[in-house]
Amino acid sequence: MDFDWLFLAEIVLAGLGAGGLYALTGLAFVMIYKATRVVNLAIGEMLMIGAYLCFGLATAMNMPMWLAILVAVIGSGVAGATLERVAIRPMLGESPISVFMVTVGLASILVGVVELIWTSEPRRLPEFMPSAPVMIGEAFVPPKVFYGFLVAAVLIGVALAVFRFWRGGVALRATASDQQAAYSMGINVPKVFSLSWTVAAMIAAIAGVIVGAVGGISSTMGVFGLSVLVVVIVGGLDSVLGALVAGLFIGVVESLAGGFLGGEFKLLATFMILIVVLLVRPYGLFGTHEIERL
Amino acid sequence: MHPGKASPILEVEGLTLSFGGIKALTDVGFEVAPGSITTVIGPNGAGKTSLFNTISGFYKPSTGRIRFQGEDITATRPPERARLGLARSFQNIALFRGMTVLDNIKLGRHAHLRTNVLDALFYFGRARHEEMKLRQEVEERIIDFLEIDHIRHMPVSVLSYGLQKRVEMARALAMRPKVLMLDEPVAGMNREETEDMARFILDVREEWGVTVLMVEHDMGMVMDLSDHVVVLNFGQVIADGTPAEVQANPEVIKAYLGSGDVSELRQRLHQPLAVGA
Amino acid sequence: MRIGTARSSYRHDESLFDSRTQHGWLAVLAVALLGFPFLADEYWLYLACLVAINIASTTGLNILTGYTGLVSLGQAAFMGIGAYTVAALEQKLGTPVLLNLLAGGFVAMLGGLVVGLPSLRVKGLYLAIATIAASVVLHFVFANWHAVTGGHSGITVAPAEILGVSFDTSFRLYWLFVPITILMVLGAANLFRTRIGRAFIAIRDRDISAEVLGIPLLRYKLLSFGLSSFYAGVAGGMWAYFFRVVTPESFPLIMSIFFLAAVIVGGMGTILGAILGAIFMTMVPEALKLIVGWLPLSADATLILSPVRTIVFGALIVGFLVFEPLGLQEIWRRIRRFFHLWPFRA
Repeated sequence: MDFDWLFLAEIVLAGLGAGGLYALTGLAFVMIYKATRVVNLAIGEMLMIGAYLCFGLATAMNMPMWLAILVAVIGSGVAGATLERVAIRPMLGESPISVFMVTVGLASILVGVVELIWTSEPRRLPEFMPSAPVMIGEAFVPPKVFYGFLVAAVLIGVALAVFRFWRGGVALRATASDQQAAYSMGINVPKVFSLSWTVAAMIAAIAGVIVGAVGGISSTMGVFGLSVLVVVIVGGLDSVLGALVAGLFIGVVESLAGGFLGGEFKLLATFMILIVVLLVRPYGLFGTHEIERL
Repeated sequence: MHPGKASPILEVEGLTLSFGGIKALTDVGFEVAPGSITTVIGPNGAGKTSLFNTISGFYKPSTGRIRFQGEDITATRPPERARLGLARSFQNIALFRGMTVLDNIKLGRHAHLRTNVLDALFYFGRARHEEMKLRQEVEERIIDFLEIDHIRHMPVSVLSYGLQKRVEMARALAMRPKVLMLDEPVAGMNREETEDMARFILDVREEWGVTVLMVEHDMGMVMDLSDHVVVLNFGQVIADGTPAEVQANPEVIKAYLGSGDVSELRQRLHQPLAVGA
Repeated sequence: MRIGTARSSYRHDESLFDSRTQHGWLAVLAVALLGFPFLADEYWLYLACLVAINIASTTGLNILTGYTGLVSLGQAAFMGIGAYTVAALEQKLGTPVLLNLLAGGFVAMLGGLVVGLPSLRVKGLYLAIATIAASVVLHFVFANWHAVTGGHSGITVAPAEILGVSFDTSFRLYWLFVPITILMVLGAANLFRTRIGRAFIAIRDRDISAEVLGIPLLRYKLLSFGLSSFYAGVAGGMWAYFFRVVTPESFPLIMSIFFLAAVIVGGMGTILGAILGAIFMTMVPEALKLIVGWLPLSADATLILSPVRTIVFGALIVGFLVFEPLGLQEIWRRIRRFFHLWPFRA
């Protein structure tokens, strides 16, 4: 039997589409990690909150979709800033493991809130993307996946440009490389903290809306965050480039595993990669290796 | 005893250590005579603590050998070196903050105890016997000796700096050391605490027969206590001999002059420590 | 008011319960534990068994996370190994109950050792994430290794039977679970009177200097993983005998978070903390059930129960970490101190 190359191509393309969203969410994660050194396990739940906000605004409040998305993104930003101020800032100076566990708690709270308001029933976001089929060569790409990837790519580009050229981005990078030095140079570090959580929450919200548009929303969509966690560890926690490359890579691997082995192998494949990376290169493909001191 | 005549208990030979491209130690070599007090001095950043970390096995040298009691231990893992009798304290105090003073000291004996998991879970037979014996020995030999009986049940985090240093030394003594390595034992202490510590160091040598290797900045104390002084500068040994020889060595004066310490050094050299040896 | 206790020997000073007052309270506790099953109804006996299982597992996680400082989000998965081992043994071989429980512990321990292997290279959070990976992989194994685990439908477990007595009610299981849990808790307490426990704490506080002081890191980290998952395995075995059906969905990630929360809420690195934390966290959902029942709600009350519970779990983790990092155990100590000095100092 001939190997179905077209099938492979379609799977890889779909994987790249999903990978774009991983990369985007990974970027949000890395932004928080770089600025505040917090490993945020709640990133998947922040994404979920964004999607549900949009859903609630579009259905219960009857907003047009574009407005619902806009308000949801802003609302998520506010929520991100609030979480940082209420739960993360008081933990400044505590061990990274304690802060990590705070984010585990936050994730649980967010899931509960969503189930309380919208129940744990899966929901569908209203359609808002063009539905004409997209063909790349002979391969068919689901339109939502295609446009989702485009949005992710554009947003990543914008975010990178902002980091590079805008003053706030510079402050963020300075804070990332040395908190105390940045503080003494007159950078308002607490403001950078809350800024990074705000922006990350907004990026996660956009990713959440796209993920929701593609696959529907439910209170378990935070599982997406687990794959993102793998993405950022494979890429290196503090590496933006790493998150982008690893995002696409994990997206393709999951898609291949799902396409050729079956859906239940998706997460398994992802976590197998994680285990291998942890054993071989614990600080990730592009992360910085810290020298230990006595 | 004539230090230097007996075969050395610790020998360091041609030790080179680098981090990335930066050389922390270059071809460092010296010997420690059994029963001696040997001190490594040198300006800040000369590589003294790196040297200590290499001797304990925490850093791997790129070249060179370390011999302990005649055995090559260059490839030996740190816990095994500890078991052989290389005990140490740390420059910036590495006590275990979640434990009491007593437990910190007992921890030092770890490598010499035999209790396994099953003994421990049921706590009879060997575990109980061993723990009781350890407690008694720690109390009678170490806690009394270092005069810390009043704080034995306190968590270490509430202790003053000077007392913490003393507890660190107690823990090192619990390790049944043959060579006791002290990294800046009196740094940050006041005069009285320094004199206490100097007395303990001398007593450890006399009563326990332990060889002492230390890193120290307090020149008065170094010159008073040491039999043998090794001077490091920029990761290299620039002088090696008795306190008097080292004091007269122009290289040493220059090294300290270079770092602006010379007047302080002179002052310290002429200020003998009032400890009855 | 009580003044300090005078200790006359090292042995006395080293014992777990050192004062006469403590012995008195222990006797009261023993009487209470013995009398409880005869006074309590089925519901409270059910809760008591659940609490016993949760204490056993939380104590295990506390050894690893609270004392050794290695965060694990895999405790539920290790319980799953224990539960499946017991279920499979019971179903296929019909071996004795206590042997099955031990086997559950040991098989889980093997799993723990494998997961612990990266712990020398991988530190802190990376390790926590490796344990999430282990949970995912184990869930996959539970769901797909049909020959042993029965796939998604799982295994139904026959009631435990010892010497012809069938442990098929909570009342009977109480007499099996409570002694096992007490043994396990005492074992953990003993551990921290010896070099092994000290080594764990040393690794938690400063692992690098611990190595220079004579503690082989990998061996002790593995030991901690092994012990912790052994406890989880035995607890999982009890779980299997208690709920009598084991499926892949019985041990979700949220259950691991539950145990982590119990360790944090109770107070990390204390024996009492794990006990208090496990009791508290087991009772919270029940208390919520009561409260929700009282509330004049028109909607179906059970519908909001699960989300409220999820929120409360999360809030407890965050709240305790932010406001009382030493946990319930510290609150308990403060209360005790108050009564020691009462009425002379308030």
